Amino acid sequence: MTEKPKIGVYVCHCGINISATVDVETVADYALKLPNVEVARTYSYMCSDPGQSLIKNDIREHGLNRVIVASCSPRMHEPTFRKAIKEAGINPYYLEMANIREQCSWVHHDIDEGTAKSKKLVAASVAKVRLLEALESKEVDAEPSALVIGAGIAGIQAALDIADAGFKVYLVEKTPSVGGRMAQLDKTFPTLDCSACILTPKMVDCASHPNIELLSYSEVEEIGGYIGNFDIKVRKKARYVDFDKCTGCGDCAAECRVKDRFPSEFDMGMGKRSAVYLPFPQAVPAKYTIDPESCLYLTKGKCGKGPKCAEVCQAGAINFDQVDETVEFRVGAVIVATGFDPFDASRKPEYGYSDYPNVITGMEMERLVSASGPTGGKIKIFNGKEEIEPKEVAFIKCVGSRDESVGNEYCSRVCCMYVAKQAHLLRDKLPDANIRVYYMDVRAFGKGFEEFYDRVRRENVRYIRGNPSEIFKRGDKLVVKVEDTLTATPLEDEVDLVVLGVGLEPRADMRQTMELLRLSQSPDRFFLEAHPKLRPVDTATDGVFLAGCCQGPKDIPDTVAQAKGAASSAMIPLARGKVVISAQVATVDESTCRGCGFCVNICPYTAIELVTVNRFGHEVEVARVNEALCKGCGSCSPGCLSDSIQPKSFRDRQILPQIAALGVFK
Amino acid sequence: MSDNYEPNIVAFLCNWCSYAGADLAGTSRVQYPANIQVIRVMCSGRVNPLYVMNALQQGADGVLVSGCHPGDCHYMEGNFYARRRLGMLKDLMEFVGVDPKRFHMSWVSASEGHKWKEVVEKTVEDAREAGPFEGFRRRQIDW
Repeated sequence: MTEKPKIGVYVCHCGINISATVDVETVADYALKLPNVEVARTYSYMCSDPGQSLIKNDIREHGLNRVIVASCSPRMHEPTFRKAIKEAGINPYYLEMANIREQCSWVHHDIDEGTAKSKKLVAASVAKVRLLEALESKEVDAEPSALVIGAGIAGIQAALDIADAGFKVYLVEKTPSVGGRMAQLDKTFPTLDCSACILTPKMVDCASHPNIELLSYSEVEEIGGYIGNFDIKVRKKARYVDFDKCTGCGDCAAECRVKDRFPSEFDMGMGKRSAVYLPFPQAVPAKYTIDPESCLYLTKGKCGKGPKCAEVCQAGAINFDQVDETVEFRVGAVIVATGFDPFDASRKPEYGYSDYPNVITGMEMERLVSASGPTGGKIKIFNGKEEIEPKEVAFIKCVGSRDESVGNEYCSRVCCMYVAKQAHLLRDKLPDANIRVYYMDVRAFGKGFEEFYDRVRRENVRYIRGNPSEIFKRGDKLVVKVEDTLTATPLEDEVDLVVLGVGLEPRADMRQTMELLRLSQSPDRFFLEAHPKLRPVDTATDGVFLAGCCQGPKDIPDTVAQAKGAASSAMIPLARGKVVISAQVATVDESTCRGCGFCVNICPYTAIELVTVNRFGHEVEVARVNEALCKGCGSCSPGCLSDSIQPKSFRDRQILPQIAALGVFK
Repeated sequence: MSDNYEPNIVAFLCNWCSYAGADLAGTSRVQYPANIQVIRVMCSGRVNPLYVMNALQQGADGVLVSGCHPGDCHYMEGNFYARRRLGMLKDLMEFVGVDPKRFHMSWVSASEGHKWKEVVEKTVEDAREAGPFEGFRRRQIDW
């Protein structure tokens, strides 16, 4: 503490990102005049190898013991420069960054203003860096297991990768079966692989894998702890069917008194299911579930002379006394793979989805064309009199995507291709039908996409550029009102069936997941990754990773790739067996602490406790911080009556000089 | 004099939401007044109300504290503490004769770059209206 601060100030040009609106040389010259500053330099890219070497050499040559880098946000490169100065032999926490890019050069046009502000920010950094303290990071053991939330293709893939690497995985799925949205799809674009054929083996694998504990029909209730040691609480919802006894024979569903009365979630409401049901034939686990909201016995307390399902079940698996169960375990990392909701087409009332039964969504079309779907793959519609095969079919793209009126400015990335795929599948089934696709743009960007789009157009599918304004009924036909914007022709096309290419939206229940894990949303309301380019699967919470559409719309290959990325990132702490925990935790000056315990009550992590110590022969209580539990938020400090508890690196005596510096340079 | 007056604003931003939101404003090249200087803290709950008074005392004309939206705090409840403490401070400021326009509190998330711009503009505008702050005697920085 007694050594005199010798500060090096490094001002980055960042190409012209900074130097265009900040006169970096002036800032460096100015910095050199500040107290304790020994060296001040500028360099084109401080974060580059030569830039870092510059700092390291100066540390060795000039005996610097504090470093300020005036460049981008510390959220970007603080770890980079901490590592650099550590390599040159000084404590990594003797670093302060002045954010003169994101919060200065990029947001101000005027070079005088930018330069003046940069000077102030550098001065504030100088004021703080002199008073920083050396800190040592600590390591704690990491639990060699992971939690994966959501068992769609993203969750399944991530769980399989981690399990194959030899770590235990808890795979939690809200619905009775794994498989997610991909299980509902018929074929996949552009290769036309059968979705179920490529997915079901993975579903079976994840249920039978010795390292995977599948918790289906379960929800995560609580997540506590930190990277390496997350404490998880999961509620296994009552299935009212004994999991071990159920053989999946289906006798119960066949005999249910309300057989086939309820819309099947899996078939997008187009098919029916009983109160006791298996979501779909290939469901994993192949165990029946009684829906407490539709079962007569569970809602009314009475089902004829007694529940028929229980009567016919030879295994005696039906158990109406079952209650929700809570399981608790500890994991080292968490992967969030909670997926998406399809856009609710009724929010575009001009398309008449709620009014006309022959206006359907893309997800409904998937079930309609599927051989295992409610119609066995036959494309039949009811025109008010009879069931017919549609002769005129219209697809409308960008429904609920690229549309500010519903609050979704983003492109959903899959609709262009799934519409092309469905047009192709319909062409197979309805060789003589007129198939039209109304589009704003065609974005066929992926591998094999453009080729597939060309193929579909050659199959006599007409692409008409125009965004329909309205769909209304004329006789037994639906009329699509649209302007063909390539020929500037207003059209009123009469069709039998309209398929809305609905986009992808964040899940309606994502709020719960956000609150469980302290995740943030990006402007499109999907989960926010730690960095859009370089940390696309990480989150702001260490040890929590994202996979699949919960992070943003993506197709199956991208989802699988991201899931594999999330799995490999999650495995880093698991494989090391140790994690570094932040050294920036709160600390108590026991000589001034009066043991009032205010901080104990404030701490959201119960990281502070009162302990008895001997002070001048007297037993007194003082607060003490458990460094493994403390996350360094510092909320305790303003509550302390004697300023005894202080977060390291953000102490009063480190922040107040910053304030003073900013005030003086008025 | 008052025509050329540019208020000096000190802002305390939490690392996870508002600081990230201000960074996003930069990445998106949103333009806002240069009167604002940011001090990064890990959580708005770390902001001692005295910092606000101290900033005014040291020569700031306005102070802004911004954190995660209530309920979204990275540290679960830090911003609730900030809201309580700084809400009380606002009352106190009026009591001691400081124009409460000089002090703003806001919730800006990591994705709200544009909101950050609006918050800055409002803070600067209010401080400009309130005029140069001469209420407390200024101390020189103690190097």
